[in-house]
Amino acid sequence: MSTTATATGWETVVGLEVHCELATVTKLFCGCANTFGAEPNTNICPVCLGLPGSLPVLNERAVEFALRVGEALHCDVPERSIFARKNYFYPDMPKDYQISQYDTPICVDGWLEVDGTRVGIERAHMEEDTGKTLHVGGGGRIHEADHSLVDYNRAGLPLMEIVSRPDIRDAEQARAYVSELRGLLEAIGVSDVKMEEGSLRVDANVSLRPAGAEEFGTKVEVKNMNSLRSLGHALDYEVTRQRELLEAGERIAQETRHWDEDGGVTSSLRSKEEAFDYRYFPEPDLVPVAPDAEMRARVQSSMPELPAARRARLVADWGIAEQDARVLLSTPGLGEYAEAAVAAGAAPKDVVNWCTGDLLGYLNESGLAVGALPLAPDGLAELIELVADGTLSRPLAKDVLAECLLEPKRPREVVDERGIAQVSDEGELGDLLDGILAAHPEDVAEYRAGDEKARKKKNGFFMGEAMKATKGSGNPQLLARLLKERLGG
Amino acid sequence: MTVAASATELAAAVRAGERSAREVVDEHLAVIDARDPELHAFLHVMADEARAQADEVDAAVRDGRDPGPLAGVPVALKDVLCTRGIPTTCGSRILEGWRPPYTATVVDRVRAAGGIAIGKTNLDEFAMGSSTENSAYGPTRNPRDPSRVPGGSSGGSAAAVGAGMAPLALGTDTGGSVRQPAAFCGVVGVKPTYGRVSRYGLVAFASSLDQVGPFANTVADAAVLLEVIGGHDVMDSTSVRQPAPALLSQLDDGVDGLRVGIVEELTDADGIDNEVAAAIDDAGRALEKAGATVDRVSVPATTYGLSAYYLIAPAEASSNLARYDGVRYGLRIDGRDTATMNAETRDAGFGPEVKRRIILGTYALSAGYYDAYYGTAQRVRTLIIRDFERAYGSFDVLLSPTAPSTAFALDAKTANPLEMYLSDVCTIPSSLAGHAAMNVPFGAGADGLPIGVQVLAPSLGEPVMFRVAQAIEAAAQ
Repeated sequence: MSTTATATGWETVVGLEVHCELATVTKLFCGCANTFGAEPNTNICPVCLGLPGSLPVLNERAVEFALRVGEALHCDVPERSIFARKNYFYPDMPKDYQISQYDTPICVDGWLEVDGTRVGIERAHMEEDTGKTLHVGGGGRIHEADHSLVDYNRAGLPLMEIVSRPDIRDAEQARAYVSELRGLLEAIGVSDVKMEEGSLRVDANVSLRPAGAEEFGTKVEVKNMNSLRSLGHALDYEVTRQRELLEAGERIAQETRHWDEDGGVTSSLRSKEEAFDYRYFPEPDLVPVAPDAEMRARVQSSMPELPAARRARLVADWGIAEQDARVLLSTPGLGEYAEAAVAAGAAPKDVVNWCTGDLLGYLNESGLAVGALPLAPDGLAELIELVADGTLSRPLAKDVLAECLLEPKRPREVVDERGIAQVSDEGELGDLLDGILAAHPEDVAEYRAGDEKARKKKNGFFMGEAMKATKGSGNPQLLARLLKERLGG
Repeated sequence: MTVAASATELAAAVRAGERSAREVVDEHLAVIDARDPELHAFLHVMADEARAQADEVDAAVRDGRDPGPLAGVPVALKDVLCTRGIPTTCGSRILEGWRPPYTATVVDRVRAAGGIAIGKTNLDEFAMGSSTENSAYGPTRNPRDPSRVPGGSSGGSAAAVGAGMAPLALGTDTGGSVRQPAAFCGVVGVKPTYGRVSRYGLVAFASSLDQVGPFANTVADAAVLLEVIGGHDVMDSTSVRQPAPALLSQLDDGVDGLRVGIVEELTDADGIDNEVAAAIDDAGRALEKAGATVDRVSVPATTYGLSAYYLIAPAEASSNLARYDGVRYGLRIDGRDTATMNAETRDAGFGPEVKRRIILGTYALSAGYYDAYYGTAQRVRTLIIRDFERAYGSFDVLLSPTAPSTAFALDAKTANPLEMYLSDVCTIPSSLAGHAAMNVPFGAGADGLPIGVQVLAPSLGEPVMFRVAQAIEAAAQ
């Protein structure tokens, strides 16, 4: 858990760099497919392999996606931004330079609201991804490896690097920021945002300063956090490490550290002195990116409702809790599903309950995407209607839903097939209760003689018998009333 | 043995069915056999491929299809142009044996026009040099005098055309690498406007300066080849979004009324041989006679061209040549780890001039030096463009020498890189400006070797540049 500045005398300062793979059809500078998990070195061509003589050609769609990110993060998009070469030797980088953006990124100076606080966005820029190196032998570690293999399928995939200002104050807020950003990128349709597949990667710049100080402390960059969980753990570890050093009167070394998930520690990757001099200079093979008015207008007019606005709308229109809206919208497609069910006539609160309860549970358990659910949104609306009109009790409705999720059936179909409609006939249920009470005179006597607690217990017993006799289809509200009348409640 | 006919005449004869492309190719292969052992213009002769392609051209003619404006004309290719399945070395050990899996746009366009790729020509390693002595595969000699260099870096292409081994050739010009060897070998050589010709498949030296350009024996032949290779290419973002310029149709429009400026700083300066400067004045007088007005003009910033160029070009080269690291293709010298393999491969694979420029360029881009070196050089580049544009406000084209002297002897400048660099002092300014420029042979020096006049034109000014070149060529005969 993170510790507050006042409690420790130190304030944590975190800035995050989020790399997000854009979900374009093709790579950033060539026509190769942008797919995950293909056979190694099958999605490659002279351009993304950086063969001598090849030249990059910018994917227009990636520019549109970048403009969407800019819109969503309230950024300025300058008239022209330029690509630059970031030069360093690395075997998984085909040209031994990365085409990125340096002093003129496509998006600058925006913000993202996280739990009521604005986190500043310094910049968001486009760049190409690198390949992947696999170290063979020696347990996969570079220094003990026998040899290494490189897969260039990922080389040249479009990335956006979104750099926050150092506005984040603890691990919890860092996680909330990434979570909010992830939802945003997903909502605007620019990325799959899967941290596990590497389509969203987070690096953190972490420093501490005495509470109340203006000046920043020496920052440490932490890399290799592959989930929100590991981001939280790594930041907590790093903050504690730095605080202990500072409290022991030592200095923080400016360096890049690697988060070791298994060991739960960060370790030094390279010091400031070992840092690369990237020798950035303008990429001469590309012309400046200058989105014209038509493209800007197209992007603006096609922006979907952003998650924060949508949450606010659902809270206001449906009268649901902020937290429920958050849960609903954190699963891709579930918000749309719920809105469609409401549009089909169901009460919003019921829809949200079902969606964030049984449906979400089923989605998590089955691993299915919302789009693959066998029950369409109007099917859920039908189920809710069957509960509302008394045909189904809630427990029965759960059974019906479970069946509708196993095979494509409408709730009404299941009810008809199984004859499980709720019994709400007053006469029928009254006769049934009379029979039960007559068969258990001692229980009736104990009820009448008992205190509140004993009465409750006996009441439960009679209800249970009634449900047993109706195989669960007795209308529970009606049964409860009739029982009360008979016991002289 | 020489082949006298021009490329235009050869293509016309082949299209008309009067000569077979196969016969034309065989004749040129025979000249290569006869002269190349001495000159070493070619690194790889594509005899089989050329004959097969000639047969296709002949079949097209027989079937009544037009093979195109270069029908059956052999074209030699500087070995920085990628040719699928054919060795492409860039004159370097580091790419020895590499066969690209794709073909440069310009080569595709030559072939689509019926031209026959006849072989890959020698060059200074990665186009870095002015004499073709920096080739890892040995120097090329000047066909006019084999004791002299052919110039560089496209010395092989210039020598191939000069010796009649190919009527046409493609070279690349970064700071003068087409124009200067054209001047030394007495042929026409063109550096088109930056972006006129696709760079896709041209192995980069300095990306913001590199342009592919034609070599030919006549201005008209060079015009045909530029019309074929020019025009927008979707594979090169820096290629101009315009079709190839129409040159031939305007070639004989004359120079009457054109304003011609002789650039003082590039003609009257120290280091320019008197006989070369005199030839420029002679060319000016010939143009005057043909109806042009000729004056001296000052383009002051051109004097800083060489210094700016030797920061910008090496800076870009240091990045462009990083990829030769032993990982994916070409030479690999194994080492105990990746960094050692990278270093040992590059040490063994690159020659001294390439290493010198990589070190220079790396330094110029380093943290703390970037603004003082690369930044300043870019500002100088802007000044040069501004000064040229001012001159083009008063003049249609400019003239200057192409090179300060006629071809020098082999080994004369190898010991002194700076002296070698000065050989491009007249060609570099227009390269930095991205403007068009070309060499036209005009007269000879006391040593009997050709002198070249450089015709410079503003951006996309090829049509007027070719008209002036045509008039100079006419006057030279």
